[in-house]
Amino acid sequence: MTLVRVTEVTHRFGSLTAVERVSLAVEPGEVVGLLGANGAGKTTLIRCILGLLRPTSGEVRLFGRAPSRETRARLGYVPQGLGLYDDLTVTENLAFSARAFGAAPAGRGAAPPGSADTDLDRDVAAVAGEQVGDLPLGLRRRVAFAAALAHRPDLLVLDEPTSGVDPLGRAHLWDTIRAAAEAGAGALVTTHYMSEAEQCDRLVVLAGGRVAAQGTMAAIMGDASTVRVATPRWEDAFVALEEAGLPVALVGRSLRVPGTDRARVAGALRASGVQAELDLVPATFEETFVALAAGAAA
Amino acid sequence: MTAGASDAGHEHAERQPGSGGPGSDAPGSGGPGQAERRPRVRFGVEDLVVAYHGRTAVAGVTLEVAPGEVAGMVGGDGAGKTTVLRALAGAVRPASGTVRRPPARRIGYVSAGPGVYRDLTVDENLAFAGAAYGLRGSALSERAGRLLDRTGLAGARDRLGGQLSGGMRQKLALAMAMLHEPRLLVLDEPTTGVDPVSRAELWRLVAHAAATGAAVVVATSYLDEAERTGSVLVLDQGRPLVAGTPEAVVAGIPGAVLDAPARPDRGTAWRRGARWRVWSPDGSTVPGASPVAPDLEDAVIVAALAARERAARDKEVAA
Repeated sequence: MTLVRVTEVTHRFGSLTAVERVSLAVEPGEVVGLLGANGAGKTTLIRCILGLLRPTSGEVRLFGRAPSRETRARLGYVPQGLGLYDDLTVTENLAFSARAFGAAPAGRGAAPPGSADTDLDRDVAAVAGEQVGDLPLGLRRRVAFAAALAHRPDLLVLDEPTSGVDPLGRAHLWDTIRAAAEAGAGALVTTHYMSEAEQCDRLVVLAGGRVAAQGTMAAIMGDASTVRVATPRWEDAFVALEEAGLPVALVGRSLRVPGTDRARVAGALRASGVQAELDLVPATFEETFVALAAGAAA
Repeated sequence: MTAGASDAGHEHAERQPGSGGPGSDAPGSGGPGQAERRPRVRFGVEDLVVAYHGRTAVAGVTLEVAPGEVAGMVGGDGAGKTTVLRALAGAVRPASGTVRRPPARRIGYVSAGPGVYRDLTVDENLAFAGAAYGLRGSALSERAGRLLDRTGLAGARDRLGGQLSGGMRQKLALAMAMLHEPRLLVLDEPTTGVDPVSRAELWRLVAHAAATGAAVVVATSYLDEAERTGSVLVLDQGRPLVAGTPEAVVAGIPGAVLDAPARPDRGTAWRRGARWRVWSPDGSTVPGASPVAPDLEDAVIVAALAARERAARDKEVAA
């Protein structure tokens, strides 16, 4: 059964259209990334899915029905602020969130032994008596995951779940998300970080309240290309391209100019008397994303 | 680009007790007698140790940056990035080690967090920052005007700092730090909470500062950002984990990194999307896994895993 089905949802705040005719679905076992710049409509859409906002038009179905108290119990949500009480201990926080969802697990069955869930339980148990506010961010995030997963939800909604965590800690958090997906849950991850987008099975890119692109990362990137500029005088080339109004970026000691053609770059460099070697290389996902977001703003 | 060389005599090189002894001379401190053809001032820290209330926050940290370079420092929350930046900027006194930096008035610093005055307008924020460096009148308005154009904040001059979006606020904080054309720009997670569009603009400002001769050190928790820098230092629990150009860090992975559709029976593995990455320390093959071209993220994870294994072994030996 499709876990989340959003059909042609529009949400207006007065004269402002925050979300416009957005459709998306999350199936069991799937990790879907919801990407967008600030103001793209991510937060409004998530609030519609959580049942906190009623769409102006269109329909949200959670587990096949309208969002309600009952559907809320089958859902695990980790907001960006983690939603933990800093001055309570880990155990107290977990007890508090367990009570909010009722004592009995509402979703999938018990965790299989030796799974990433039990790794999470072990790490969290090791700090059970400590105040959440005293824990490093990576561990605080793991406690928030444990709180959101304790009732075995069918759907996880995660807002920038690994922001600020070191790479190894991030890998641990993704292990937990992936293990939940392998056990049949779905996950909807909102983010604007490319390292998180890369971990998802499928992406929905919002820009200006609309779906600007949807699909696997490779499909969204398509064959977009970027002009790479190699020159011993990168400083002069950078200033010349910037003055020509091109979106130039410095990477190491070479430059990249996405979303333009080689001739424009060559022209701008020639006009400033800068010698350089130009190459057409595949665009990165971030470059593609920025172009999509800029396209919507234009 | 020559700004650094002419007044090298004013550099501050501080050596704290404990770092003395033979062989610990700061690099680039070559005296007049040395045959160095292109004297290039490099800023940075060497063998830095910082302790707060007797507890070591960072130790053994070396980081160098020359004018025109962008150096990245990566680590999670609590890795010690802010401490290193504060020591570099002269805001905290090291327990030992060498710090080389320009005089305070030639440093631009953006701390983590808001970094702008919420109750002042964009213009007032810039004027306030300018006053701190003795900039006023036409010099201030000319530089502020240029930075407002470059940051796209020209249309928001009268808005209060507190009313700006996260991206605009960070651009204003960066503009305030660049107003006096610092020779060393120190940025503590300038893109945290900033979306990719504003992030690209912020990095363009950083690159512009480097292109016009500043030495830049940027702390970030994101490896895709570190991949843009000329050199990167990865910190883990206050200690250097790995350092070098991003390419060198990737090339320096011991053994091999493999890709597998499922968790292999042996070897250290972690998830990468729906698939697994496996580290083979001796480069040997693992059944069901095939070699893959690793990236900076793989390199840092391997370095962290190797460090954990070393620490566990040391503990065993000690016990």
